[in-house]
Amino acid sequence: MDRQTTIAAEGLSKTYREGTTELRALQGVDLEVRRGEFTLLVGPSGSGKTTLLSILGCILRATRGKLEILGEDVGSLAEGELPRIRREAIGFVFQGFNLFPTLTAAENVALALDLRGVRGAAVEKRSAELLAEVALSHKAHSFPADLSGGQKQRVAIARALAGDPPILLADEPTAALDSTSGRTVIELLQRLARVDGRAVVTVTHDPRVLPFGDRIIHLEDGRILREERNVLTGPSQTSLFTDVPSPGPGSSHRVSI
Amino acid sequence: MGLLARRNLFHDKVRFAVTLTGIVFALVLIIIQFGLFLGFAATTSNNIDHSNADLWVVFHGVGYFDTGRNFSERKLYQVLSTPGVQRAEKYMQSFGRWKRPDGRIENIQVIGFHPGGGLGEPWNIVQGSMASLRLEDSVLVDELYREKLGVHKIGDQIEIGDRRARVVGFTSGIRSFTTSPFVYTRFKNSLDYTNPTSSEDSTGYLLVKAQAGVSPRELQDRLQARLRDVDVYTTREFSRKTQFYWMFTTGAGLAVLTAALMGLVVGVAVVAQTIYAATMDHVREYGTLKAMGATNGYLYRVLIEQAVWSAVLGYALAMIVAHFIVEGSATGGAVILMPWSVSAGMLVLAVVMCIAAALVSIHKVTKIDPAMVFRG
Repeated sequence: MDRQTTIAAEGLSKTYREGTTELRALQGVDLEVRRGEFTLLVGPSGSGKTTLLSILGCILRATRGKLEILGEDVGSLAEGELPRIRREAIGFVFQGFNLFPTLTAAENVALALDLRGVRGAAVEKRSAELLAEVALSHKAHSFPADLSGGQKQRVAIARALAGDPPILLADEPTAALDSTSGRTVIELLQRLARVDGRAVVTVTHDPRVLPFGDRIIHLEDGRILREERNVLTGPSQTSLFTDVPSPGPGSSHRVSI
Repeated sequence: MGLLARRNLFHDKVRFAVTLTGIVFALVLIIIQFGLFLGFAATTSNNIDHSNADLWVVFHGVGYFDTGRNFSERKLYQVLSTPGVQRAEKYMQSFGRWKRPDGRIENIQVIGFHPGGGLGEPWNIVQGSMASLRLEDSVLVDELYREKLGVHKIGDQIEIGDRRARVVGFTSGIRSFTTSPFVYTRFKNSLDYTNPTSSEDSTGYLLVKAQAGVSPRELQDRLQARLRDVDVYTTREFSRKTQFYWMFTTGAGLAVLTAALMGLVVGVAVVAQTIYAATMDHVREYGTLKAMGATNGYLYRVLIEQAVWSAVLGYALAMIVAHFIVEGSATGGAVILMPWSVSAGMLVLAVVMCIAAALVSIHKVTKIDPAMVFRG
């Protein structure tokens, strides 16, 4: 794995068992996620997108396969070690924002810093910096109930950045937002990838998001169906996608504009 | 972490009020029951504890105060001749019949002692004086029993055991554990009032004061070796035996302690239910914290801080309520005692109770699957 690769997954599979019934949510997924890339996971409901995201985020364990986060084989780690990986390497952004309603925007960010052992004046300073990064300094003392959907999601992104993670995982970040707010959030995530150099992986159903991705990975029935790369982008976000050759069956070469 | 714990706790004011009510109810119930237990115990042995004696000589086999059996006063002279004895007095406790001015009969416990001897005397005399008891047929009673005994002022005349008696004073705060109030009088009167045919050279107890520098234990051993057919107890020993009898052998103490335990169980149940409900209300937040990398230990600290806050605030309110109840009991038939050690112990109990109540919630958050944050 080169130093630009943050996530390296090989043969990831996830099977859920309920009594005698087996549900194969993921089947043999190979994936590398690199710094500076904005990767989109798309596919119909039940295709395994969120399961894959959960495994990449060390929230779920794969039934089979290998997963390395920043070169560390997380499959060999004890359950009690996984929170450390999440604190040190990964930031999460959720569809429902998942802000703490009894805390202000600044306090939500501060809590993420507290989790990481930051104390005293450094908390206030860093909270202010993070909120400034998402252009919400003026809302630092507002409670989530007083924020719009887009503002809540930006606070959530600021919170996710508390540990300065090299990896950002977002689950349907624009699903609950209007087009203007959604564009603002997606542009922010794209900037965090391309400008800050983070590896950003986003699960999405939203077709408006597609032009912003550097890579689009299509999943279906727990497998990667195909992958597309955005080879051209411009101010108007007109994209030229080209398929990435896939070793598996069903691979294709297709260029779309 | 502390901010989240406090904000989540105080955010839902109704639920927090319910939690505090449960804690206050439980603590006040425990305080009252335990205070009653302490009050009862102290009442059963109050004459022993205030006797100013170091040792009690009792008829062999007498297990507690209220069942004295007479023995020869020759023991008094044997005691007085024992090295290390500064002073010894005869002392009597016996049940009698008190005839009120209106003719009604009340049962009483007559305490006979030597006024001015310094041993076995009543305390907290608020009207009249000890010296008045040297008068013929004079008695002291506690003001708590004015109504019961039908006497209200010094000089009131009544009959005890068909003999005339006159009230020469009142004490304050000397309760009887039984329904029979204590009536204090000279030793000779006590025999006349309760058992006129008994021999004057007998006594129910001997109260012994050790000389300065002589250990009561040492004197106890010396007297026990010397005297036959009697038992010699230190004041503390006889007090404990009397308390134990009334509190546990009769079951009275067990009853109040059981009620105190019930209070504890109720408190834990109420607080557990409200903390659990609050935890379930915030379960998504705990899942989010886990997804963000919080360890189980971090979540436990949030819950424990909430439990401790609940305990401390509930304790403060409970102390205010208990203070008024305890103050009110001072003039009632049953005193509730709340020494500072019990007050301090209640804080510890409140914290332990609330943390125990939080254990169910702690177990729940341990099992939270952080993947739940990805479900809608």
